[in-house]
Amino acid sequence: MKIGALSRLAVLILLGVFLARPDWFGWLFTPLTRNGQAAIYTQNSLLNLTLNHLAIVAAATLAGSIVAIGLAVLVTRPAGREFLPLSRTLANAGQTFPPVAVLALAVPVLGFGAAPTLLALFLYGLLPIFENALAGLASVSPDVQEAARGTGMTDGQRLLRVELPLALPTILAGIRISAIISMGTATIGSTVAASTLGETIIAGLINSNLAFVAQGALVVGALAIIVNTSLFAIERHFSRYRRDQR
Amino acid sequence: MIEIEHLSKFFDETCVVDDVSMTIPGGALAVIVGTSGSGKTTLLRMINRLVEPSSGRILIDGKDISAIPPHELRRQIGYAIQGHGLFPHRTVGQNIATVPHLLGWDAAKVSARVEELLDLFQLDAAEFRDRYPSQLSGGQQQRVGVARALAAAPKLLLMDEPFGALDPIIRARAQEDLRQIQQRLGTTIVLVTHDMNEAIHLGDRIAVMDRAKLLQYDTPQEIVIRPATEFVGELLGSGERPFRLLSLQPLRPYIEPGEAPGAALDVDASLRDALEEALWSGRAAVPVRDGAGKTLGRVTLATAIRQAARPQ
Repeated sequence: MKIGALSRLAVLILLGVFLARPDWFGWLFTPLTRNGQAAIYTQNSLLNLTLNHLAIVAAATLAGSIVAIGLAVLVTRPAGREFLPLSRTLANAGQTFPPVAVLALAVPVLGFGAAPTLLALFLYGLLPIFENALAGLASVSPDVQEAARGTGMTDGQRLLRVELPLALPTILAGIRISAIISMGTATIGSTVAASTLGETIIAGLINSNLAFVAQGALVVGALAIIVNTSLFAIERHFSRYRRDQR
Repeated sequence: MIEIEHLSKFFDETCVVDDVSMTIPGGALAVIVGTSGSGKTTLLRMINRLVEPSSGRILIDGKDISAIPPHELRRQIGYAIQGHGLFPHRTVGQNIATVPHLLGWDAAKVSARVEELLDLFQLDAAEFRDRYPSQLSGGQQQRVGVARALAAAPKLLLMDEPFGALDPIIRARAQEDLRQIQQRLGTTIVLVTHDMNEAIHLGDRIAVMDRAKLLQYDTPQEIVIRPATEFVGELLGSGERPFRLLSLQPLRPYIEPGEAPGAALDVDASLRDALEEALWSGRAAVPVRDGAGKTLGRVTLATAIRQAARPQ
């Protein structure tokens, strides 16, 4: 645990320094270049690309969470139960379309830039959140549901005070999975001119410059690790009542 | 007082409660006993509107409960279930505070009430208040479940097999605690069980249900002496009947002056205890003492045997 927290901090610091002063790390990437190519991508600031990348992933995940959790709550109410199969099909369809296909289809409608990327990430990220939210809400034991009704909670109070808090760790796990998938998938957004870390990777591939590819990939990887461990820590916080069992 | 009038419940075509009428006086402990599928739990759940009756009505203190919104009704009625149903993500203190919070009590009042209840159930507030249910033993969870049901000082408490998940020794203690708490608070209690022993031990009134029908509703004495149907007799266990009758009779009226050898019985014991003690130790009489240890007299084996006979 202690070592985990320390290495997380180390990755964070290293990433911060690299993004602030990429030129300090030129020596590290020079061996990957050929014929005197530039070692560090300078077309756009790496810091800006990273912030944009994070913003797109965050926006897509947030929108996906709201829609998926809202849908899961809706179809687990008595009134919405008959929509469960339909919403399952929709969420599955979102996952079935490869993001590249969504990008290709969305560009004629939404144009180039961040919008088609957002749409692709949003659709692709729905399913894990939706399925986890369903599983979390279904895992609330009948005894506890009965007790919540018996103490005189209204339907809304039961949802907010009992069902959602008990489902929260599972829901957060779904959000984490979705965010990590989006973190990697967002790179392909740069094929339709979204400003993400995919830009350096694509530039590297076009110019046969391995150093650019490595930079983009390493930053995305580090971000994924940081986001994963942070969200995992939040999950653990909200499921602390499950530990120290007798 | 609870008045149940011609109450019936159908699930689809099946009748699970068939035209049940009974009156439970205020401050009484009524036990509904029956086998599984007899409709006893459904009957109980209609009292706090967790199940809506198909026909008939229930009055609590003269008010028809169908006129009270269900969530408001339930906040006025304590409800404790088997397996306690504690909220796993909330601490003991938060669990107990559930209904007071819903009723909008201020924080200081809630906190004082939680402490009072933990005290009543012999749980140290400093130690238990901030624990999660998973960190408690089964007996402790059960006590917290009842404490939560009593938190807003309801006049009526419904209990569905509250001791079902406990082992026999802890169950006996929990039953004793419930008896004492009920006497102290004057709460009306309706308790559902499949265990006739528990019913006779706890109930002021016993309702026996079988296949959706109320077969008999009477005092424990009457149920033992004059079971209304063969089924009630079967539930009692024919070989047990003299002993059940004795267990319902306190010692006090049967104490006679005189000496007897050996260890003394407490005056709060029953004739059944006296019989067992006399038989087991081979004595013809056992001395009886009061709470302070003063000998009051003796109870003879002959008296106990005479009282075990079915009254004519």
